[in-house]
Amino acid sequence: MANNQANKGVVIDYDAIANQESFKVLVRKKNSFLWSMTVIFLAAYMLLPILTSYTTILHQKAFGEITWVWVYSAGLFIMTWGLCHIYVAKANSFDKEAKAIIAEYENGGGR
Amino acid sequence: MTNGMSFTAIFFFVAIVGLTLVITWWASKRTSSASDFYTAGGGLTGWQNGLAIAGDYLSAASFLGIAGAVALFGFDGFFFSIGYLVAYLVVLYIVAEPLRNLGKFTLADMITARFDSSKVRGTAALSTITIVLFYMIAQLVGAGALIQLLLGIDYWIAVLIVGVMMTTYVLFGGMTATSWVQIIKACLLMLGTVIISFLVLKEFGFSITTMFKEMETATDSGAAYLNPGLKYQNGIDTISMLIALVLGTAGLPHILMRFFTVKDAKTARSSVIWATWIVGIFYILTIFLGFGAAKFVGKEEIIAANAAGNMAAPLLAEALGGDILFSFVCAVAFATILAVVAGLVLSGASALSHDIYGQIIKKGNVTEKEQVLAARIGSITIAIISILLALGAQTLNVAFLVSLAFCIAGSANLPVIIYTIYWKRFNTAGAVTAMLTGLISALVLVAVSPNIWNPVEGKAIFVGNPLINLTNPAIISVPLGFLGGFIGTLLSKESDAKKYREVEVKANTGISVQDVSH
Repeated sequence: MANNQANKGVVIDYDAIANQESFKVLVRKKNSFLWSMTVIFLAAYMLLPILTSYTTILHQKAFGEITWVWVYSAGLFIMTWGLCHIYVAKANSFDKEAKAIIAEYENGGGR
Repeated sequence: MTNGMSFTAIFFFVAIVGLTLVITWWASKRTSSASDFYTAGGGLTGWQNGLAIAGDYLSAASFLGIAGAVALFGFDGFFFSIGYLVAYLVVLYIVAEPLRNLGKFTLADMITARFDSSKVRGTAALSTITIVLFYMIAQLVGAGALIQLLLGIDYWIAVLIVGVMMTTYVLFGGMTATSWVQIIKACLLMLGTVIISFLVLKEFGFSITTMFKEMETATDSGAAYLNPGLKYQNGIDTISMLIALVLGTAGLPHILMRFFTVKDAKTARSSVIWATWIVGIFYILTIFLGFGAAKFVGKEEIIAANAAGNMAAPLLAEALGGDILFSFVCAVAFATILAVVAGLVLSGASALSHDIYGQIIKKGNVTEKEQVLAARIGSITIAIISILLALGAQTLNVAFLVSLAFCIAGSANLPVIIYTIYWKRFNTAGAVTAMLTGLISALVLVAVSPNIWNPVEGKAIFVGNPLINLTNPAIISVPLGFLGGFIGTLLSKESDAKKYREVEVKANTGISVQDVSH
């Protein structure tokens, strides 16, 4: 991440960075991405014990003797790996924005 | 099963002990500062730390416990695999990067990056030590029972052997030795699991559908074996347990600590990806371990060896691969235990020596040399306490202790982590109340649960009716942790918006990460 600029001993004006419009936009974008995805994967995950405890939908056979509960579980594994890589792609673009924010701060705002 | 030691078993055990001691010796020459000791100097790469996370996480409870649970209870055992894996998304999305950007050695460092108070630090250290001890007793009791069974030696000698080994790694090699022991263990564990799974699949003609078809008649449960409900019939309790699994991981001190061993948030991120792939593949393979054990070893024999099913995987290895594979898998289980307990000692020591001694008692006025000495004394202290507790806890159920540790981690640590990073109004009082409410409610609710109380004598520790009918109270205690932090915050007028802006900037940009660490 962009931290080479933060040399030891140099006082960083965090307020100046926090007040940059670009920073506010980044935080808003990042948090809404992180939390909406978290709600989605937690919901998908918690639905499993709810369905298995209170219904028998997933007890039915899907392929041969394999019941839907295994298919749903496999789906959760695939979801986990998939969301990992989606996260990385998103985080890389957030990194670029964070770098730009620090550059903006060093070029003007702060000092 | 062979009783006593065969030559191959001795060979594999000695090889693992020898290899890990060589690593420790090599690491000891690279361990001079406190940062070396606690975080391997922050110099691990993404794949190294990813493997180490997997090695730290896949405990004997995973390897032996889940294989046994799937063997005995079919799908219900697999719930653990799902929960333990999806948990990594919580770690990745919510915790990993801000933690790396804000912390130094411990969870308390990260929280006190915002609230510079010894009350906050002390409470965080207390919750860390509590979780570490519960988790460690579970691992040591499991290790003792396993080695006793494998080598035919007394329980207390087995616990002492593991105790001495883990202390040696940490004492001399710090985080560098611990990390490499974990990396090697992760590789060995994956190798062992893949070999057994391959042999199981081969028996089923490499067909998943054949495997399921045969499993329908392989156990006395019939087709019900392939569906949920064999073990978990109380819906709320099942949901509660799954909450503990998915939220607990992101609060486990020895896992959180691993994020300080890399240089920046980007590396922390890539290590989670590595860990998630490895851990995920492992958990998929637990199906083969469990099904294979149920089919080729049989329920009676598994239960005869160990009532909780912990011997399912080693017995399966013996059934399909003979003495050599059996010995190898037992040695892998031994390495698994060593790697996990070493990580636990280190995180317990960091709370004791860095947080309580270095930062609270000495107020940060400690030289590098004193810090390292304190870390070593702390490691020995944690090791001795947990060995003594484990010697007295032989009869406790291991799976219960592990799920309790997850429950406390999710209830006491996760709320405070989330509030610290994401809630502007959060304050010192809230941080303390969040941790205490989570910690105390988890402990109290377990103390009145069916794990402790059962009307039938011998089924639990005390005879009597439990006050709540939940074996895992996460569904109550996690919300209580959040609620405690919320109310505590509102009751105190204190609010430092300027400090929060600083935390927000650091967490989101990684700026100053080099000032706060290394």
